Amino acid sequence: MADTNGSDAFVEFDRVQKSYDGENLVVKDLNLFMPKGEFLTMLGPSGSGKTTCLMMLAGFETATHGDIRLDGESINNIPPHKRGIGMVFQNYALFPHMTVAENLSFPLEVRKMGKSEREEKVKRALDMVQMGAFGGRRPAQLSGGQQQRIALARALVFEPELVLMDEPLGALDKQLRETLQFEITKLAHDLGITVVYVTHDQTEALTMSDRVAVFDDGRIQQLAPPDKLYEEPENSFVAQFIGENNTLEGVVKEMNGDKCLVQLDGGEVIDAKPINVSAAGDRTRVSIRPERVEYNKDRLSPDAHTLKAEVLEFIYMGDIFRTRLKVAGAEEFVIKTRNAPDVERLKPGQMIEIGWLPEDCRALDA
Amino acid sequence: MTDSAMTPDEHRRADEAATGPMLAADGRPLKASLNRALRRQKLRAMMLIAPLLIFVLVTFIAPIADMLFRSIENQIVSDTLPRTTTELAEWDANSGDIPPPEVFHALFKDMFIATERKAHTRLGSRLNYELTGVSSLFRKSGRRVDDMGEVYQDQFEDLNGFWKDGENWSAMMGSGSWLSAMGDWNGNKDAAQPIFEARGDIASTLPETTAIYSEFASFVLSEEDNVLTEDPWAVVYAALYDDLANGADVSGLSGNGAAELQEAAAAVAAFETVDFTAAFADVDEDWHSIQVWETIQTYSPNFTSGYFLNAVDMQKSPDGPEMRPENQRLHIMLFGRTMFMSLVITFSCILLGYPVAWILANLPARTANLLMILVLLPFWTSLLVRTSAWKVMLQQQGVVNDTLVWLGIVADDSRLALINNQTGTIIAMTHILLPFMILPLYSVMKTIPPSYLRAAKSLGATNWTAFWRVYFPQSVPGIGAGSILVFILAIGYYITPEIVGGTTGTFISNRIAYHISSSLNWGLAAALGAILLAVVLGLYWAYDKIVGIDNVKLGG
Repeated sequence: MADTNGSDAFVEFDRVQKSYDGENLVVKDLNLFMPKGEFLTMLGPSGSGKTTCLMMLAGFETATHGDIRLDGESINNIPPHKRGIGMVFQNYALFPHMTVAENLSFPLEVRKMGKSEREEKVKRALDMVQMGAFGGRRPAQLSGGQQQRIALARALVFEPELVLMDEPLGALDKQLRETLQFEITKLAHDLGITVVYVTHDQTEALTMSDRVAVFDDGRIQQLAPPDKLYEEPENSFVAQFIGENNTLEGVVKEMNGDKCLVQLDGGEVIDAKPINVSAAGDRTRVSIRPERVEYNKDRLSPDAHTLKAEVLEFIYMGDIFRTRLKVAGAEEFVIKTRNAPDVERLKPGQMIEIGWLPEDCRALDA
Repeated sequence: MTDSAMTPDEHRRADEAATGPMLAADGRPLKASLNRALRRQKLRAMMLIAPLLIFVLVTFIAPIADMLFRSIENQIVSDTLPRTTTELAEWDANSGDIPPPEVFHALFKDMFIATERKAHTRLGSRLNYELTGVSSLFRKSGRRVDDMGEVYQDQFEDLNGFWKDGENWSAMMGSGSWLSAMGDWNGNKDAAQPIFEARGDIASTLPETTAIYSEFASFVLSEEDNVLTEDPWAVVYAALYDDLANGADVSGLSGNGAAELQEAAAAVAAFETVDFTAAFADVDEDWHSIQVWETIQTYSPNFTSGYFLNAVDMQKSPDGPEMRPENQRLHIMLFGRTMFMSLVITFSCILLGYPVAWILANLPARTANLLMILVLLPFWTSLLVRTSAWKVMLQQQGVVNDTLVWLGIVADDSRLALINNQTGTIIAMTHILLPFMILPLYSVMKTIPPSYLRAAKSLGATNWTAFWRVYFPQSVPGIGAGSILVFILAIGYYITPEIVGGTTGTFISNRIAYHISSSLNWGLAAALGAILLAVVLGLYWAYDKIVGIDNVKLGG
């Protein structure tokens, strides 16, 4: 699915730049190819340019430079209402003076569709989001989750091939958000529509998407399926931004094919996998996921380098244990272990030795 | 069901059923307890708003109520001519005869007293609203009425020197307690002069004399002169003559002046009398005009619908209310013009204000605030200055006409008449009232998120459809609020039409102002104002019925 060669791209950003004030680029040289039917999430902190990209795609902002193509055709000069792109807004943007049915009927009316056809489509769209009984209500009479369902139905009722969603679940509580995440992905896959989804919630991004584009500083830092993104972050921003992450800083001591030795600033030496380092002497920031850290000596390979660690805090979280350690001078080193009968429960003050597989520790840019 | 088989919830319910209303911890009903707790809060809230409430009552509600009361109040006629209006009640205007001599006799007394009090000119002006010429009739009569009474005064004084002296009169008319109080007052003039009190036996024997002497005494008192020494009015002698001629029995009297009264009672039969009917005709033959008396009679009651009838171009007639003659109708046309022009001004304000408010609401805050200052600038400029500026702009040799001529749009000899007519009023008032439209529109538009328009466009609506179907309906509450503000302000506007309106561009309020400050016909002004208020309230009610007042938002 994640074919990125561009030949069958449905949505395509080609060297797109955007500036609001003529001095700073909000989006810097963006290249993105999306095949039809893909669910792509733009993830990033606020101000990273993700929403701007979405607005350029929707036609509410114009690209300062570059081409945006939809199904092979440049849409730079096509006004938003002719693009035929469905859009779901963060605050739902349901028209308060119209009933739910009138809201859904609106895109069909402006397309000069006949009344009976309109009614049928509205009914089908409402049923699709399980809101069939609410056609006569006003948006203000609905709960947030119901409003979001209606907004979704409205974006889909005119059968667009591309649907944009701008943090649609941002205003909902956690439980509702999870239900709707599931519903949205299911709908998107059932209908075979292409979705560009903007969020700053990484869990949402990982659970919903086929691919995630991590934005920072106006650039895509990494574009990859969720698992790759989590397990193989390409730079320290992505490693830090996605999931929980431990970082240690040091200098590459020795390159050895797909392994390297890193000397930490405190003098300790560890194994790592070189990602963004090319030669000995490079400064690096190594990244390791909390659940990949091992402190049971039996499970570590005999020649692995280990680090001494002092247990600072042990938190029982039910399914897992979360332990905070002092490692190489850093006090924010966290490890996670599964709650299993054979796992030792650590005590604060206890001294342990930790280690990991070299491929789980990634030496990234400093 | 046994007790042990009940759940706790059932226990509670059973308890409640047994004890009736819910009780507070101290055993009193919960409702009473709650009311007690809230009473203090309510009291405090009342005290907080009390200053404003009192201020509004004293400076707003009371003056308006008083003003509205003037539109039906008509006590001036019966207050000034009490005896005449009583006598006149019997008279039938349709008989074709002038009122009987008793009426003229009463008129003499009333007129005399009114003239002394200088109240006759006020009544003259009041009646002049109803019948032109009454004012001068009253003024003329006031000057001559003094002479009429002197006939009696001279005869009494010729009869006995006693009657010449004011001190003899006061000694005769005053009660013992009043006289002694006056004696004390004479010793110490810093204190207030005691109020006159008539002697009991004189009051019962000479009622008319007592009544008029009392009025004389209270007048002298109000002038801060000494009642003891002041010589009475000629009309007092006339009243004494009336009492004696009517056969008052003074034989039983004793004390001050009893002997002189008895002497006079014997002499009055031979006195020369005055024919007041002829005397008033001698002053002005209008006193023999049925119309004058008809007017006085029509406006004798304490309350009148006359002002309101006048305010809708009608008048009273012996056959009930009727329309005024064609050439005297004015107010209905003025009301119509006021409504029409206010509507035109409101619509112009919507047309001009809507785009401005839209731009303000959609600009970045910094620029919007700057432009907002421009919108508000007129508020900080004197209304008179702005209106006068329009006079400069719009006159025939003014800036606008000069520009049009210079551009060749208008020929030099056919310059546009832009001022002293309706056009001038509409232009100037639209400008002056524009902020009242822009501000509510702006504050409503500010609350419409731009995402609605974006949503509409993403759904396939063109710019116009998105605006018309999505944005505009949401801005209607702002239009409603602005329109109500502008319309109600416009309908009562006064200064601008006065300055730039000429004769054809004035409003009903200018007429009200005229009656308040120039013609002093406050009753008519009050009636016009009351109708204007009723029209505004009626329109407000209609607006609520049609659009719904919930649909009016001033912001938020």
